[in-house]
Amino acid sequence: MLEIRGLTRRFGGLTAVDTVDLDVAEHEFVSIIGPNGAGKTTLFNLVTGLDDADAGTVRLEGRDVSGLTPEKLAALGVARTFQHGRVFANLSVLDNILVGAHVRFKSVRPAWSGPLSLLEPFAELALALIRPGKVKAEEAQMREEALAILGRFGGRLLPRRDNPAYSLSYANRRRVEIGRALALGPRLLMLDEPTAGMNQTETAEMQQLIGDLKKTGLTIVLIEHKLDMVMQLSDRVVVMDEGHVIASGKPAEVRNDPKVIEAYLGHHRAERAPVEEAAE
Amino acid sequence: MTEPLLSLEGIDTFYGPVQVHFDLSFTVGRGQIACLLGGNASGKSTTMKIILGLVKPQSGTVRFDGQPITGLPTPQIVRRGVGSVPEARRLFGDMSVRENLLMGAFTRKDQKAIAGDLDRVLDLFPKLAERLGQRAGTLSGGEQQMVAMARALMGRPKLICMDEPTMGLSPLWVDRVLDLIAAINKEGVTVFMVEQNASLALEIAHHAYVLQTGRIVLDGPASQLRADPRIRDAYLGGQEAA
Amino acid sequence: MSSWIDYTVNGIIIGNIYALLAVGLALIFGVSRLINFAHGSVYVVGAYAGFLAVTYLDTPLPVTIAVVVVVGALLGLVIERFGLRPLQGYAHIAPLLATIGISFVLDQLVQLFFKPDPRALPSPLLDIRFKVGSGTIGALDLVIAGIGLASAGLLYYFLRFTRLGWAVRATAQDRDAAQQMGVDVNAVNRAVFAIASGLGAVSGLLVGMYYNYIDPSMSFQATLKGVVAQVVGGVGNVPGAIVGSLLLGLVESYGIALFGTSYRNLFAFVLLVIVLVWRPNGLFASKRQTPPEPMTGTFIAPSKPIQIPGKVLAGAAAVAALVPLVFPHPYVLQTLINSWLYALLGLSLTLIAGTVGLVSLGHAALLAIGGYSSALLAINCGVPVGLAILSAGLIAAFLGTVLVFPSFRLRGHYLSIATLAIGEIVSLVILNWEWLTRGPIGVSGIPSLSLFGIELDTDRSVYWFTLGVLAVLAALQFRLLGSHLGRVLRAVRDDDVAARSYGIRLDRYKALAFAVGSFAAGVSGAITSHIYSYINHETFNAQLSILALTIVILGGMGNVTGAIVGSVLLVGLPEVFRVAAEYRVLIYGLVLLLLVRFRPQGLLGTV
Repeated sequence: MLEIRGLTRRFGGLTAVDTVDLDVAEHEFVSIIGPNGAGKTTLFNLVTGLDDADAGTVRLEGRDVSGLTPEKLAALGVARTFQHGRVFANLSVLDNILVGAHVRFKSVRPAWSGPLSLLEPFAELALALIRPGKVKAEEAQMREEALAILGRFGGRLLPRRDNPAYSLSYANRRRVEIGRALALGPRLLMLDEPTAGMNQTETAEMQQLIGDLKKTGLTIVLIEHKLDMVMQLSDRVVVMDEGHVIASGKPAEVRNDPKVIEAYLGHHRAERAPVEEAAE
Repeated sequence: MTEPLLSLEGIDTFYGPVQVHFDLSFTVGRGQIACLLGGNASGKSTTMKIILGLVKPQSGTVRFDGQPITGLPTPQIVRRGVGSVPEARRLFGDMSVRENLLMGAFTRKDQKAIAGDLDRVLDLFPKLAERLGQRAGTLSGGEQQMVAMARALMGRPKLICMDEPTMGLSPLWVDRVLDLIAAINKEGVTVFMVEQNASLALEIAHHAYVLQTGRIVLDGPASQLRADPRIRDAYLGGQEAA
Repeated sequence: MSSWIDYTVNGIIIGNIYALLAVGLALIFGVSRLINFAHGSVYVVGAYAGFLAVTYLDTPLPVTIAVVVVVGALLGLVIERFGLRPLQGYAHIAPLLATIGISFVLDQLVQLFFKPDPRALPSPLLDIRFKVGSGTIGALDLVIAGIGLASAGLLYYFLRFTRLGWAVRATAQDRDAAQQMGVDVNAVNRAVFAIASGLGAVSGLLVGMYYNYIDPSMSFQATLKGVVAQVVGGVGNVPGAIVGSLLLGLVESYGIALFGTSYRNLFAFVLLVIVLVWRPNGLFASKRQTPPEPMTGTFIAPSKPIQIPGKVLAGAAAVAALVPLVFPHPYVLQTLINSWLYALLGLSLTLIAGTVGLVSLGHAALLAIGGYSSALLAINCGVPVGLAILSAGLIAAFLGTVLVFPSFRLRGHYLSIATLAIGEIVSLVILNWEWLTRGPIGVSGIPSLSLFGIELDTDRSVYWFTLGVLAVLAALQFRLLGSHLGRVLRAVRDDDVAARSYGIRLDRYKALAFAVGSFAAGVSGAITSHIYSYINHETFNAQLSILALTIVILGGMGNVTGAIVGSVLLVGLPEVFRVAAEYRVLIYGLVLLLLVRFRPQGLLGTV
């Protein structure tokens, strides 16, 4: 499904992502873990097009998507959530979900090729104002699907569907973000620390939800720090440190890998390579 | 038993709706090197901001040298004798090394003593003497860390707060920084460090606290904690403390 | 003035004066990340303070300068106190709007006190000139250059060698770190405002003496010039501001030499737009640099809009339609007609700034494009008025979008400044393109409103026509907001990164919204021109842009009903209370200031 080769991103003197290779098979659940600054979110940004790599390739379902814009990747079925949560604050919960489905709105967004594509915005405007039968039907259909998605969150989001997102609790906002991602109908779901800032109960609920998503066969890549959750959900765990992948394998293998423990707890002085002059 | 130099009591901190600290309490004794450890999202950096007054807690008290300092503006806290070595150094990049060092003494008025301190600081950090006129932004990461530490010392603080002093440094500079922290402490300055790298911090600290999702889960002399397997759990998210 | 040396000297001297303004702006931006739009008011107050000193107290030059500096510094402290400090922590565009409000208030106070006629500000120096090559340099030129150099020297000394100066530099580079060294950043802000305003006031005095001319409307131009110089040199960069100012002065001077006086400002603004689009960090920054600190964040206050049921709105529309039958007083009808025209402008801006988040400060330009297009089509091409108005709307939509499009990549402050500059450019082009627009003479003899051949010559018919157009466009805008497209536009405003990640192409939707909004504004301008029967480049001036923004904020950003209510209140109420024209601008400035500070979501809430 996803094939990353040699992906590299440098920021001035610092190499945030260093020739990373990573594979994710269809239906697989892969977690990426690692200490702060390891390059995990940068990796996400490179894959989802928000940032441009300095080197390397990304292939999605066999096709080269390196350097594509986030908009195109969304159209190809890549949905992501953000590390600190980014909902559309002034939109209602339901509208947030419906915006997530943007790439699936076909009647309202005609797609023409060649020079005709310049007329697309006018067509969109006309369709928004006139709303012929097909458009109305699609809107109704999308609403139904959006409500169904909201339904997956128990009683948390449905009763609040018309409330503006800024009025929701933090945990609910993160849920809306996931709902929005699901509305895209993703081939690949990328979750960046979905439980950041949540307490134990909320984390457990989120873990349950993500587990349910896994059961539907969705291909998922997860960045998380709550390693219990990672160990319980993942088919495979990839560990990053200072831009490199330092370990990759089944959860149990990775947990006991001394390199991984060292990456988290910090490298000892004694084990460092002797006197290399700082070439910063 | 003398009163601790710094104490946090029952601190609850919120970023908007998210609670970052839950009834956080710990102390730093005079003359100690104390470190606060923790992994990602543990709330370590916010702790530093609370102490320095950059973020206000929703409840709880911060006490320094016997006086409550909760809610005071940062410049006042600094004036009372708290020096700061911020995360990622935060030097004044367009100012020279010398100007940066002197900015550390901004709150002091005793010009002659400041000049004297500058000499002493340069004795402690000999590598800086040759770089005094250079723009601080052009130095390497390790050199900047030196300047940041020296700058904090110039304020003649009772307590130096260091936020992740070894982050992003090469092994050689890590060694130098750790040696310097120990040296500063020998001069009588109390050191409070926030560090992600537990192994390094525990090598030089006297006392350590481990923070996990906003709560202290381990607390003890560094010598004991070095060998404690519970640290690994705290970092790797094993049994979360009740 | 005939030789190139003269032009060069002139350019450098003017550049010197701009530098005094721009350096102040750069200092303020450096420590507070704020573009101070009230700076031009300080400039004007300085000029008038100098005028008072010279005319009534007959002070020698050094004393005049000292007085002006003190007055400027005090005014700066006032602006900091009311424009900046209460808004710390708000989205960065809030202080920008607040300072615009303050500048309105200050300018109007000066105008009320001194009357709008220009005054002479003679320089107390002898009119000696020195020969240099094929040109001459006057005594005043030397004095101005001297003051410029002296100020630069003093500033340099201050920043390099004094404790406060170091505190200023440290705060500008890293506010948090400066605090951690014990710097009181609020005191630094105050000091910087005082210094910057002192310099700005002197700048006003010198310009007044140089041209022997001051008038209260100098303020806006001064701010814009200062902003241009700053952007060119790199915002917040003090030496850059000096270089940018000199460059600007030279560009203007040579521009005048080549094309004539009325082109002076045109070059300044074109330079600004070019720099913003091509090198937003200024000419001296490297291309890969990330733009300085977050000037992002649109001015949206989260709030739940007050929902007014459709039936109530329909009822209100019906009531409005009945007014000519119940209250046929011409005065009432004309006031309301005016309100409906402003409401169209409000619809436009509330869509663009409110729904999509592009805070445009140059919206009056769209009115002008619409007004002129319709007038010229009707007069030159004999197009029937109804069709001309429609075409004017389309022309405004097309032209407006094309002009603003390159700026879409800009965010926050930068976008607003770009729209301001583009608005000014349009106004200047209209003034100078005499072949098409008849230049300063204006267009007269514009045929009055008619529809399908029927003349609409009574107040009633004009009223119904305008109300009808408003009702149709408002209804369409409601419909737009309720569609998927409406959702998408609001998503672009709320979080453009998330929007992109869900397949929304920003440029496309920003352009679409801008085109739709510009249509309404163009139509408004067109109808206005047929009602007035005479327009010129001052009919749709920059103040209208700010008034439009005030209406939109008052009503609630993105709120269609709010735009209409806001127009009726801000245009209608002053009429009802027979508020004199001079006081109205003052009121608008105050309203803007108060709204930004106390109720950014307006009366009816953000949609």
